[in-house]
Amino acid sequence: MAQVTPMRTAAETQLLDLFPAVKARLPGAAEPRQQAYDAFAKAGLPHRRVEAWKYTDLRASLREAAPLADAPSAAVLGEVRTKAAPFAGLGPALAIVDGMFEPSLSDLHGMPAGVQAVGLAGALGTGHALAAQVGQAAQADDAVLALNAALMTDGVILRVAAGTQLERPLVVRFVRTGSQARAAFTRVLLVVEEGASLTLAETHEGPAGVGHQDNTVVEVITGDKATVQHVRLNADGGGAVDLSTLGVKLGADCAFTSFALVTAPALTRHQIFVTFAGENSRVSLNGGALLKGRQHADTTLVVNHAVPHCESRELYKHVLDGEATGVFQGKIIVEPHAQKTDGQMMSQAVLLGDNATMNNKPELEIFADDVVCAHGATCGQLDDDLLFYLRARGLPKPDAEALMLQAFVGEALEKVEDESIRDVLEGVVEAWLRARL
Amino acid sequence: MLEIRNLHVQIEDKKILNGLSLTVNDGEVAAIMGPNGSGKSTLSYVIAGKEDYEVLDGEILLDGQNLLEMEPDARAAAGVFLAFQYPLEIPGVATMTFLKAALNAQRKARGEGELSTPEFMKKVRAGAERLHIPQDMLKRALNVGFSGGEKKRMEILQMALLEPRFCILDETDSGLDIDALKIAADGVNALRDPKRSFLVITHYQRLLNYIVPDTVHVMANGRVVKSGGKELALELEANGYADYRSQAA
Amino acid sequence: MPAVQETVEQVRSIDVDQYKYGFITDIEVDKAPKGLNEDIVRFISARKGDPEWMTEWRLDAFRRWLTMQEPTWARVEYPPIDFQDLYYYAAPKKKAGPQSLDEVDPAILETYKKLGIPLREQEILAGVQTSKVAVDAVFDSVSVVTTFKEELKKAGVIFCSISEAIREHPDLVRQYLGSVVPVTDNFYATLNSAVFTDGSFVYVPPGVRCPMELSTYFRINEKNTGQFERTLIIADKGSYVSYLEGCTAPQRDENQLHAAVVELIALDDAEIKYSTVQNWYPGDSEGKGGVYNFVTKRGDCRGKNAKISWTQVETGSAITWKYPSCILRGDGSRGEFYSIAVSNGYQQVDSGTKMIHLGKNTTSRIISKGISAGFSQNTYRGLVSAHRKASGARNFTNCDSLLIGDKCGAHTVPYIESKNASAIFEHEATTSKISEDQLFYCQQRGLSEEEATALIVNGFVKDVLQQLPMEFAVEAQKLISISLEGSVG
Repeated sequence: MAQVTPMRTAAETQLLDLFPAVKARLPGAAEPRQQAYDAFAKAGLPHRRVEAWKYTDLRASLREAAPLADAPSAAVLGEVRTKAAPFAGLGPALAIVDGMFEPSLSDLHGMPAGVQAVGLAGALGTGHALAAQVGQAAQADDAVLALNAALMTDGVILRVAAGTQLERPLVVRFVRTGSQARAAFTRVLLVVEEGASLTLAETHEGPAGVGHQDNTVVEVITGDKATVQHVRLNADGGGAVDLSTLGVKLGADCAFTSFALVTAPALTRHQIFVTFAGENSRVSLNGGALLKGRQHADTTLVVNHAVPHCESRELYKHVLDGEATGVFQGKIIVEPHAQKTDGQMMSQAVLLGDNATMNNKPELEIFADDVVCAHGATCGQLDDDLLFYLRARGLPKPDAEALMLQAFVGEALEKVEDESIRDVLEGVVEAWLRARL
Repeated sequence: MLEIRNLHVQIEDKKILNGLSLTVNDGEVAAIMGPNGSGKSTLSYVIAGKEDYEVLDGEILLDGQNLLEMEPDARAAAGVFLAFQYPLEIPGVATMTFLKAALNAQRKARGEGELSTPEFMKKVRAGAERLHIPQDMLKRALNVGFSGGEKKRMEILQMALLEPRFCILDETDSGLDIDALKIAADGVNALRDPKRSFLVITHYQRLLNYIVPDTVHVMANGRVVKSGGKELALELEANGYADYRSQAA
Repeated sequence: MPAVQETVEQVRSIDVDQYKYGFITDIEVDKAPKGLNEDIVRFISARKGDPEWMTEWRLDAFRRWLTMQEPTWARVEYPPIDFQDLYYYAAPKKKAGPQSLDEVDPAILETYKKLGIPLREQEILAGVQTSKVAVDAVFDSVSVVTTFKEELKKAGVIFCSISEAIREHPDLVRQYLGSVVPVTDNFYATLNSAVFTDGSFVYVPPGVRCPMELSTYFRINEKNTGQFERTLIIADKGSYVSYLEGCTAPQRDENQLHAAVVELIALDDAEIKYSTVQNWYPGDSEGKGGVYNFVTKRGDCRGKNAKISWTQVETGSAITWKYPSCILRGDGSRGEFYSIAVSNGYQQVDSGTKMIHLGKNTTSRIISKGISAGFSQNTYRGLVSAHRKASGARNFTNCDSLLIGDKCGAHTVPYIESKNASAIFEHEATTSKISEDQLFYCQQRGLSEEEATALIVNGFVKDVLQQLPMEFAVEAQKLISISLEGSVG
């Protein structure tokens, strides 16, 4: 029997029509974009029969693909300027507004020594040397990633020179404006040279209640002995449908830490692909999602131990109220000969709402014997005994719950080393918990 | 009699033992003392046959038999017993099961018959009692969840049960309080026998108050740099290892 | 790592060819023509003396099967199976169906004797075998004999071949057959529904504690013959039954297909304990031959406080594809899955369980121990789910994998889905190898490296072995050592 090809959904048709309509004005070489488009055309939107998307059926949930956002007008930019960004003042910031890198809203001149920042569209258009590395870290057979590769309009390339030690975080803002649902496809490439150390903090900001669609890719490529802290915050109504990919490729003796916090969008899918290319590196991936109503947040990560002597740690926390759905899929791969791998993964969820759902799929795929790998997953309610203890000490139930939830998410938040950033994130968690009281 | 002649050993290209020679006669209790990093634990592992060590030169003879050519289990059957500094945990394997398997494996290797269960139980019970090891500990998985003191007593119990010719005690005193130390030392002293010799490895003189040695050897930089009677231990306690460090270097 | 390397070499060089059960029994057989079509289904149905409703049931399944595709999601690889190149029915010549022992071909009795399965009740009664186990022996396609029927009858327990049950107890069979594993459940279950040739049937009446262990022994003998047995066990209210299943096959160069369906139904307060020691021929040291074991096993805790417990020791088969599952429908019901899966040579195992929590206060427990050696791939795949109404559901899962050698793979793929806020699920999994320090410690005490490995592996699987009935546990322990060390004998 022949495989049945499902009918194209409206959203698929719109996405397929979008590319031919806009491809002439997309920057850079046409061919890789065409190949990515063809790959998407073949796969269609991911659905529940695609194993990696089992719990996030985009084909069913994405009714309409929004048209591409227009470049922001001067008036719109003026408005953006007046708004306070979550990480304002913590470090030099670069802004990508409605799919376009916006130098006028970026601290291009305030970049610290050793940091080079260029617009992605410009770099692709002029064949900038760094542009050749676009797509090197985020590689996967994935339709959403392919869509970004086909349609990315702009973004930023950052290069941190060898040995540079940045005290303050580099901030990248993804800002959305307007009251009509629009799509944006953007990408950031961070190239960290040998021995450099920095924090990269991304924020996703936008008007609440507008069905914006975001497809962002962040790629991190490091030389040896680099240290990178990455933070992603989506708490401010940015992109109601927020599809994001983080691709990381690490050299030897590196340390990479990431923390992602989600509270705002209706639907998020954050996928992380980490490849160890050099030995003795460490990765720590962490996240928290606080969801209510019918929100849906999916974190899917693949950590590929391709070389020996590396360590990976994952810690994810979901707090699910109302009818919210949390998804965690984590796969640790240990390739043949990647001996002395140490991988530990944990996903924990607290279900507050009677109709909340948590889907956990922690996976181990191991082809080497001298390894220590483990994963754990729990889901349930807050500990009754502890809750009772706190109430017996005089705390009202909601306050006691809030305190416990704060501690619950806090375990993952602790992984953020930059204090100023962590303070902001803690504030977001607190605000979410206060709103429940 | 154990004879070590001109032993040179390295691990991962790092030289640990540099021409060590040592003789321990039947019935003798020899103490090896020395500063951290002098190669004391390496010596115990090389005698017992741990794989990671590369023997570059020299020989180790037990009653004229060259141990270096033998597998660790064959050495055990020949009578070498190492009381580990850090005894290993084996989840799911009851202590009793392990003891029986080890004892019978050694008996088999020596061409002796297996011990019957009642005989075996009697032996274990008697040994356990002397060492204040409760019965329920014998039913638990080997060393899993045992305290430091319990693990060390379990090592001595195994030593009593297996009746070795040559016992090595690797830092048996580490992590023990004074009461636990006395129990362990009593266990060892009860095993002293004209046909059995001991190599007691320790950093401190304390243990030697309870297990009184016939000879004391000072190790530094992978060799024995001084040998003497038990008074040598007291001298070390008073003056420290500083002299020997410089002497060997 | 020379110490471990040696073990690895030993394990790798295992003479799988010394599979102890690899002999062939030379007997005359009655076979259906090769291939599968409606006529063959009718042929099987006629040979089994099916009533008409059963023939229709089979034909319906066959027609549905034609529209289905083989599942591809498991981590197993094998060349396409030509379903028209198989025999679907083979029976020892002579009268088919259960009969008295004296009528059984002595060659078959001899086979079971070689396998260590006592079929002669008098031998058991004479104390040759210490404990009483009632046995239903299935040889290729048919049940050859069921022992202790009279004694069981006194207790009201029905234990017979499924073909006999279809004829003698049609109401029970019609009520329950296909009620746990629907005809169209999956490709292999549907195929089985069309062509199943025999298997066991058990009914334990209300309040009865089955007076002895029940056991089925499956044996594939014929060449190119698929074995499709069907087992149906019903524990009525407040009853208890423990059931054991063992399997072997001769050593052949071709792959043999085994696609069984097992359905368990436990009503209010009933308990079924189902234990399997699966030792089908695993193929030779180069991966040639061996049984494809594609099995659907599912239990339905249909009543309140019902309990179903699966215990499996999987050491055989070239490919294992099986997920003994529990549907926890009745409030307060409990499901358990205890598994040891050992793979060596070129074996591929994809096995696990599903615990579907539907009722309130349902509990489940999963303990899975996978051991991979040689060039094998060993995957645990499991689902734990709590539906909206499953308040107070609890699950604890522990999956541990042990690797012996660097040419094999160990994989863990759990799906954990909770739709109820009061459900509490805990899952933990680890993968490791036997530590060199542990091995050295054991060797220092006089154990050889092989003995030390066996000892540590036995410790690793102990939690599961404890779940098996005593005689089986001893057998299983031996099997594990043999599978890993090649010290066949």
